[in-house]
Amino acid sequence: MTEEIIGGPGVDSRDVKQRDLSTEALLTVRDLRVEFGKKGQPTTTAVDEVSFEVKRGEHLGIVGESGSGKSVTSLAVMGLLPASGVRVSGQIHFDGEDLLAASDKRMRGVRGSDIAMIFQDPMTSLNPVVTIGTQISEVIRSHRDIKKPEATERSIELLHKVAIPDARRRMKEYPHQLSGGMRQRVLIAIALANEPQLLIADEPTTALDVTIQAQILEILKQVVADTGTALIMITHDLGVVAGLCDTVHVMYQGRVVESAQRRPLFADPHHPYTGGLLASVPRLDSPRGQPLNPIPGSPTDVLPWTQGCAFVPRCPNRIDECTEKPPTLETEGDRALRCFNPLATGVDRGAAS
Amino acid sequence: MTDRTPGRATDAPSSSGPATDTLLEVRDLKVYFPIKQGVLFDRTVGAVRAVDGVDLDLPRGRTFGLVGESGCGKSTLGRAILRLVEPTAGTVTFDGIDVAALKGEQLRLVRRRMQMVFQDPLASLNPRQSVETIITEPLRAHAVEYDKRTRVRDVLDLVGLPASAATRYPHEFSGGQRQRIGIARAVALEPELIIADEPVSALDVSIQAQIINLLEELQERLGLTYLVIAHDLAVVRHISEEIAVMYLGGIVEQTDTESLYREPMHPYTIALMSAVPVPDPLVEDTRQRILLTGDIPSPANPPPGCRFHTRCPYRQEARCDTERPELRLIAPGHRVACHYAEEIIAGTVTPKADPVLNV
Repeated sequence: MTEEIIGGPGVDSRDVKQRDLSTEALLTVRDLRVEFGKKGQPTTTAVDEVSFEVKRGEHLGIVGESGSGKSVTSLAVMGLLPASGVRVSGQIHFDGEDLLAASDKRMRGVRGSDIAMIFQDPMTSLNPVVTIGTQISEVIRSHRDIKKPEATERSIELLHKVAIPDARRRMKEYPHQLSGGMRQRVLIAIALANEPQLLIADEPTTALDVTIQAQILEILKQVVADTGTALIMITHDLGVVAGLCDTVHVMYQGRVVESAQRRPLFADPHHPYTGGLLASVPRLDSPRGQPLNPIPGSPTDVLPWTQGCAFVPRCPNRIDECTEKPPTLETEGDRALRCFNPLATGVDRGAAS
Repeated sequence: MTDRTPGRATDAPSSSGPATDTLLEVRDLKVYFPIKQGVLFDRTVGAVRAVDGVDLDLPRGRTFGLVGESGCGKSTLGRAILRLVEPTAGTVTFDGIDVAALKGEQLRLVRRRMQMVFQDPLASLNPRQSVETIITEPLRAHAVEYDKRTRVRDVLDLVGLPASAATRYPHEFSGGQRQRIGIARAVALEPELIIADEPVSALDVSIQAQIINLLEELQERLGLTYLVIAHDLAVVRHISEEIAVMYLGGIVEQTDTESLYREPMHPYTIALMSAVPVPDPLVEDTRQRILLTGDIPSPANPPPGCRFHTRCPYRQEARCDTERPELRLIAPGHRVACHYAEEIIAGTVTPKADPVLNV
């Protein structure tokens, strides 16, 4: 169950099990900018100046609240944004190929095969009138030239792999017959069907209960480790990222405000927004009676990035400079930060790792 | 706002006997929803046992947390207390009044003293009513006299909204502000009990803390009693003094917050707490996680014996499968519904290994 499942023709064995992160980047995103707009209306910039790299086997986390642009970023990488009314600029290179320049036909070949995605709501992303088995084998057969019985066997193996009991029977069932956690596993199975090199998971556990969330995260961790797939985890839940990702990018209003390795990020957040998020979440292991320090205001109180820092209206650390010009993302070693007046380092949250 | 409503419920059923410390007492509450089948005649073929025998005691002025996963019956329990759904059996005693037996006008008068805050602030606010109308509607419905100029402003001020909000409509507000409006509507009648059903789960992370703090502040100022229903253990732990954990229609563990988190005794609570992600890599990398197998069973066809035995890593043959455990007192103030709670603490009953893939 843990060994490579497909040894089909044309599939190179990807020997990245040891998660060696020093290899070259699998996905490179440079200055990604996504604008939405209709004729005669002002455009809205959903994502701007977003750059990141994902190495083979790396786990990358993108954290942000609703409206931060994290989902739009992933849709842009997948080429799933609508063709009209959206302008995508910048560079998205996957395995040496420019995805923004790729034809629709080529993108159809990439999606589901080289890059796969898991969405938040498992009910709406499965077809309610098609059996589970058909939905999995469809993905396999649309990318590989194999016979139906073979695809069926492969589908059953995949269902086993995501720990669905009695897989052969489940193949004939419809999505409504499965529970939420079960459906999410089917989606993971579909995403893994063609052994993608990159898996994008957009809030994969948000719609699920805590105990089911733990199951799904564990399964996700295992299958990703088994196949050496790189993972982009998009979530609003800092707890999910803390246990899973190597590198974390924190987004606010369409731009990355801080990125770092997870340990330094959580131990010693530099950006006031990151620090604010960590201080405002009630923790299960914190001493009781400790008051929460919420970030004031709401994500809708923003300054346009063109005028200054978007976080200024909510920021406890603001200085005059913040409203005079937009901060740029400064990289220092493993860390990148977009802030004029960062939090004092290493004092607040105890020992750095 | 600190004065109680003038002319409050003088004709309402008044509390009988000496004022006790307990504001709300729930005994053996059951809510079954019939499953019907048939074309010409509705035959009842079964029942969804959403709430199946629950006892609760809410001390006045405190916060009681009710935790559980979706489908465990926690919301139905909250609604049954307010009689928004009819209980099938059992009693709900609010300040000495048996709510389950009340009818018509009497029930209406009691409801003035118990209000609810809902999960989705946008869905629970009428989009075509101004904030002023939303907040004063309960006052008008209960024919409470109020000062039109100051009352709305006072209530808005209480929940941290500007007075100018009164003339605006729900869509003009952000999620957190909408939830404040929902809370304003609930406190407008100056109730004694507020049942908050997932008050923060629809909100952005950075906003949740604001609403939690607001609820705490209101409790301090108005002397409210809360029943907070949520799936998020960290949230419930933060605001509650006492917590009950529900699983499939029944309470499996109940104690004060401190003991529950220091020493959870029921296998379900232990698993639930180990499943909550903590935003700290150091903790995440070292903690031991107990993964539950499978899904929560259907309340229409609950498993025999202990409801949890199908997923329980500590399950013992025979007894767990056949005998439903009672909620028993194991430590002072700590009640657990598990046959082997003592053995699990002592370590003589241990979990089965590698639960995750043997689903």
